[in-house]
Amino acid sequence: MPVLSANNITMQFGGLTAVDKFNLNLEPHELVGLIGPNGAGKTTIFNMLTGVYVPTSGDIILNGQSIIKKSTHDIVSLGASRTFQNIRLFKDLTAVENVKIAYHNFIDYNMIQGMFRTKKFWIEEKKAQEECLKLLDIFDMGEYANTLAKNLPYGQQRKLEIARALASDPKVLMLDEPAAGMNPNETEELMNTIHFIRNKFDITVLLIEHDMKLVMGICERIIVVDYGKTIAEGTPDEIKNNPEVIRAYLGD
Amino acid sequence: MDKSKRRAYIINTIAIIALYIIFFVLIQTQTMNKYFIGIAILTCIMIIMAMSLNIVAGFLGQMALGHAGFMAIGAYSSASFSIALFNSGTELPNIVVLILAMAVGGTIAGIFGILIGTPTLRLRGDYLGIVTIGFSEIIRIFFVNFQPTGGAAGLKGITKLVNFNNVYWITIIVIILIFTLGRSKQGRAIISIREDEIASESAGIPTTRYKVLGFSMAAFFAGIGGALYAHYQAFLEPSKFGFMFSIEMFVIVVLGGLGSLTGSIISAIVLTILPEMLRGFAEYRLLVYSLVLIIMMIFRPQGIFGRSEFSLTTAIDALILRKNTKNTVDGGES
Repeated sequence: MPVLSANNITMQFGGLTAVDKFNLNLEPHELVGLIGPNGAGKTTIFNMLTGVYVPTSGDIILNGQSIIKKSTHDIVSLGASRTFQNIRLFKDLTAVENVKIAYHNFIDYNMIQGMFRTKKFWIEEKKAQEECLKLLDIFDMGEYANTLAKNLPYGQQRKLEIARALASDPKVLMLDEPAAGMNPNETEELMNTIHFIRNKFDITVLLIEHDMKLVMGICERIIVVDYGKTIAEGTPDEIKNNPEVIRAYLGD
Repeated sequence: MDKSKRRAYIINTIAIIALYIIFFVLIQTQTMNKYFIGIAILTCIMIIMAMSLNIVAGFLGQMALGHAGFMAIGAYSSASFSIALFNSGTELPNIVVLILAMAVGGTIAGIFGILIGTPTLRLRGDYLGIVTIGFSEIIRIFFVNFQPTGGAAGLKGITKLVNFNNVYWITIIVIILIFTLGRSKQGRAIISIREDEIASESAGIPTTRYKVLGFSMAAFFAGIGGALYAHYQAFLEPSKFGFMFSIEMFVIVVLGGLGSLTGSIISAIVLTILPEMLRGFAEYRLLVYSLVLIIMMIFRPQGIFGRSEFSLTTAIDALILRKNTKNTVDGGES
C-alpha cells in the first residue's frame, strides 16, 4: 500500500493550469525524484501535498487518510514533513531550539505546568533536549547545538532544516531542492546524508532537484513533469534516454 | 536542573529579597515619602503592562496597539467585583480580596483577548495595529457610556487594597510567570511564529491557536495590571485608557527591546520615573522625553537589549572576571 498517493490532482490559478491531473504513488522506503524545467509545477505539487494549496480537483491520500483541506500542521502530525527551496529556519534561535520546535507534539505538558515548572516540565524538557541533541548528532551537528541558526554555514543550515523536518517523526520526507547553492563536495555529502537518513529512519523520500548528478545518483525512481503534466516516469537510466525528457529540457 | 541553573536561581532570589529589603528600610525610615512610594507602585504596574505587551509584540512579533483596552477591562471588572464583594459584607482578608479581584480581572481580559484575537490575528503589521486601536477605543467608549460603572464621571468607591508590599511581590510573580512562559514549549511555539510563520506551520505548530493563546495571555496579564491599577488609584475614569496610553506602553516595549523581558522591565522603570523627574522643567518635560526617544532610535534602534536578556549571573561573572584579569595584569596572585 502506498504511503502517499495523489490521484489526478489539478491546480488552477485563475485561467492558468499549473498542475494538470498529476498522479503519484509513493511506496514505503522509496527514494523518488521529481524533476522538470523551471515553472513546470514541481513546487506547486509540493505545496498541494503539504496542505499549503488546496487542489482544484483530485485527492491526496496519506497513510490511508485523505488530507484534502487539512491544515499544514495536521498533515505534519499525520506524517509528512518538508523543507523549503529557500531555507526557512528560525534564524534567531539556536540549532537545538529549531529542532525542539518541530519536536513540539512529543513534549507532553500543558501551559500551566510549563509556567509553574512542575516536575513533569523538567522531565519532558530534559527528554526533548536529549532527543533533539541526538538528532543533531546524527547529522554531525552536535557542536553547533547552541549556535544561532543564522550564524551557521550554508551547508549546515540546509542540514539543520532536514533535521528539523525529521524531528516531527515523518513517514514521508519532502525535500525541495536540498542541493540548491551547494558546491560539488557539499552535494556529495548531502547525497550520503539523504541515503543514510532514509535507511536510518525508514522513511520515504520525495525530492525536487535540479542537480542531475544528485538525482541520477540516489533516486530509484524519477518522475519528470513539464507544463504541469507527467511526461515520463522510470529509473534514472530510462529517464536519461527518454526522448520526451530530452525534448523538454533541450527543446526540439 | 544543573549546577549553573541552580546558581542562577540562588543569585536571582537573593537579588529579589535584597531589593525588597532596601525598599522596606527606605519606607520604614521614611526616606521614601508617599510620593516616591506612589511612583514605585506605578512603576511596578507599568512593568507588568510592558512585559505582558512584550508577549504579543516581542514573542509573537505582532503590532498590537490596543493594550490599554485590556487593562481597562481588567480594571473595571476587578473593581466591580471587589465593590460587590465588600457590599455583601465579606470578612475575607484584604489580600485575598485583591487576589480574587486580580483573577477576575485577568480572566475576563483574557476571554476578551480570545474574542478579539480570533478575528483580528488574521491581519498583520499596520493593519493589525489599526484594528487593535479600534477595539481598544470601542472598549473605552463603552465604559464612557456604561452607567453602572459610573460612565464618563468615573468609577468611585473602590477600596484601596494595593500597597508597595503586595504590589512588589505580585510583580515578581508575574515577571517569573512570563519568563517561564517564554521558556516553555508554548513559548517556543509562539516565538517560532515571530521567526517564520510558514516554517512554524510546516514544523507542525498550529499557528492560529498559538497566536490566539499568546494574545490572550498578554490580555490576561494586562487585566492583572489593570486590577492592580484600579485598587491602587481607588478611582477609575475611562479617559485614562485612551490611545495615548497604549502608545506609551508600546514605546516602553520598543525601547527596552522587542522580545527582551528584562529590557521591558528596565525601560518601564526608566520611562515611568523619567517624566516624574522632569516635572520640575514643567513644559520642557515632554521635549526632553521625546529627545531621549529620538537619540535612542538613532543609536540603538533595536532597543536597549535587542532580543537578548540581561542576566545577573553573567554580570557578576563578568565583574569577577575583570577583577581577576586586573590582578594578573598587576602581577598579583590570588
